[in-house]
Amino acid sequence: MDRKLLSGDEAVAAAAQDAGVHLGTGYPGTPSTEILETFSALGGRAQWAPNEKVALEVGLGAAYGGARVLVTMKHVGVNVAADPLFTAAYTGVTGALVLVSADDPGLASSQNEQDNRHYAKAAGLPMLEPSDSQEAYDLARAAWELSARWGIPVMLRMTTRVCHGKSIVVRRAPEAPKAPAFVRDIQGRVMIPAYAGPAHRKLRRKLDEILAWGEASPLVVERKGSGKLGIVTAGVTARHAREAAPDASLLELKLLHPLPIERIRAFAKTVERCFVVEEGDPILADAVRAAGIPVESKAPEFRFGELTVGRVRRILAHDTTPEAAPPRGKPPQLCDACPYHPVYSALKKLDCIVAGDIGCYTLGVLPPYQGLDACVAMGASLGVGLGLRHVLPEQDAKRVVSIIGDSTFVHTGVNGLIEMIYNPPKTGHVLIILDNGTTAMTGQQEHPGTGRTLAHDATGKFSLEGFARAAGVKNVDVVDPVKDPPAFLALLGERLSKPELTVIIARRPCILAAADIRQYEQANAAKCSAAVEG
Amino acid sequence: MARKVMNVILAGLGGQGVIKASDILADAAFRDGRDVKKAEVHGMSQRGGSVTTDVRFGDEVLSPMIPRGEADFIVVCAPSEVEVVRPLLKAGGTLIAPDFVDEAKLANRRSLNVALLGALSHHLDIPEARWTEAIEAALPARLHDVNASAFRLGRETAAARK
Repeated sequence: MDRKLLSGDEAVAAAAQDAGVHLGTGYPGTPSTEILETFSALGGRAQWAPNEKVALEVGLGAAYGGARVLVTMKHVGVNVAADPLFTAAYTGVTGALVLVSADDPGLASSQNEQDNRHYAKAAGLPMLEPSDSQEAYDLARAAWELSARWGIPVMLRMTTRVCHGKSIVVRRAPEAPKAPAFVRDIQGRVMIPAYAGPAHRKLRRKLDEILAWGEASPLVVERKGSGKLGIVTAGVTARHAREAAPDASLLELKLLHPLPIERIRAFAKTVERCFVVEEGDPILADAVRAAGIPVESKAPEFRFGELTVGRVRRILAHDTTPEAAPPRGKPPQLCDACPYHPVYSALKKLDCIVAGDIGCYTLGVLPPYQGLDACVAMGASLGVGLGLRHVLPEQDAKRVVSIIGDSTFVHTGVNGLIEMIYNPPKTGHVLIILDNGTTAMTGQQEHPGTGRTLAHDATGKFSLEGFARAAGVKNVDVVDPVKDPPAFLALLGERLSKPELTVIIARRPCILAAADIRQYEQANAAKCSAAVEG
Repeated sequence: MARKVMNVILAGLGGQGVIKASDILADAAFRDGRDVKKAEVHGMSQRGGSVTTDVRFGDEVLSPMIPRGEADFIVVCAPSEVEVVRPLLKAGGTLIAPDFVDEAKLANRRSLNVALLGALSHHLDIPEARWTEAIEAALPARLHDVNASAFRLGRETAAARK
């Protein structure tokens, strides 16, 4: 087969194609976004869901129907999908389902650096982790095989360096899984307490079997070294470790959960010093020590940020002297021609208290505007803004505004809007939806509000203003903030002065996406008229 | 175990084609039969912030990231980034700054990234044909000529200075 230079994300997409995946679904999020885009470009059936919970549920339904499924999201997306995830572990799947969790140690483009290895243990799901693109391909294939064999969703944990790093990949022969078909299994899939209890036991039995298989499987790789130092490690950190300590013996875990603890115990006995080297939380070190295996591990300061070859050298030497600061370049900023400038300018002039959200517009927090007072999670601007309105003295409550992007509003902002209608603050509230017609931050992906699919074809369109009006918001304004900034300022001031509920949709395409959006619209219009004439 | 790995950092600002240039370098080395790894952080890169990418190639590349102070070459597309990334260079390493090529001689200023790759190519033992293939694979046909001449400008400037 061909050798190709691929990113980890592209390698997973190639694996999905070769594994015969019937459906890919997810929500865009750095560094996971390119997986579904590439799968679609390769001819796979891929679609964006409004959020990760819906993506997983669609994937689960497809897998109940016997399909092979790929579900992708960034690490924080798994929080959104966690509710179905934990119970999907009980129900299992009929086809096969692989959930990619793309973690972001070092916060290249995220609001936290949570370590999603915790989820595998908490939910009781197998988890694999690759160290480069070839392993991303191989382990993705292995993950579907595991999922199909044991009828259990499998998590593939990746990190930014593996997702976005490129290395050489050789693909294997494709397979053709069974076609989807419905087989009724009421006790297995309807999680009322009477059925969920036995399902929990069944899950634990599956994990015991997978552990027994995993201990002897090729998902644990041992490299013999001098025997003086042994390193137990996983993921891209294994590559750093091999470079930092070329003479060390190495036990590389590609199966993180269930943890092949007996292999680790046996390995530890073969070396004088055994060291656990891992990025993020001390999950592996804690588990190994809990099993009574004496190991050394990193000092607490190495919990933060990414590991590198240099940091692994320091870890192994227990060197905790201050580290050199990484180069500080120019931070990203709102594009000069970003349509949100007049919005931030107005918020500053009116001295607003701003509950913000996740997206490009979060960059409004930087000078010159310093225009956000909070940014926590996708969709949180609504709830946080309402909470502030509820408790602040009236003169301050009236200054509170929630701002959210179009894609983020569709993701989880809609729930906050329902809360706004149901529990309106005495002073009313103002929500600004920054509608630039794309999911800009992650690289201009489509979403339900654009009316185009992942592949940019025309489809049903979720109307932001239609939803706000139907929900019962009194004032719904749709304006172009760039066309007339003073009018935008006046409108915002007027709405803030009244104890009413307002949604202002500030609509103007992202300048980076505008040309592409026009092209998609023209192409879809041409297709539509061709269909009419045909 | 001393395997020789060549370490090249490309740096600049979002929109300058830093990632494109690193793709071309990685692909040229790949086409020449080397083991290659490339690491970058994108996501925020379109918003005008600093962008750096690490390209490593040789017999066997382990970590995708170049250890601090071990870069053999650093190619910088933006003057403001030169001093930011200089500490990453190894002792005796070479930094190719954006003013290495005369921008006035570029048919299109947006091809500075490829011109600087041309300068880099003078120092690397990758045949010119592999570079040409990589450039043509990475860019649409209408940009081939302008980038081929930019590449040549950088390569010849480097050859003349030696």
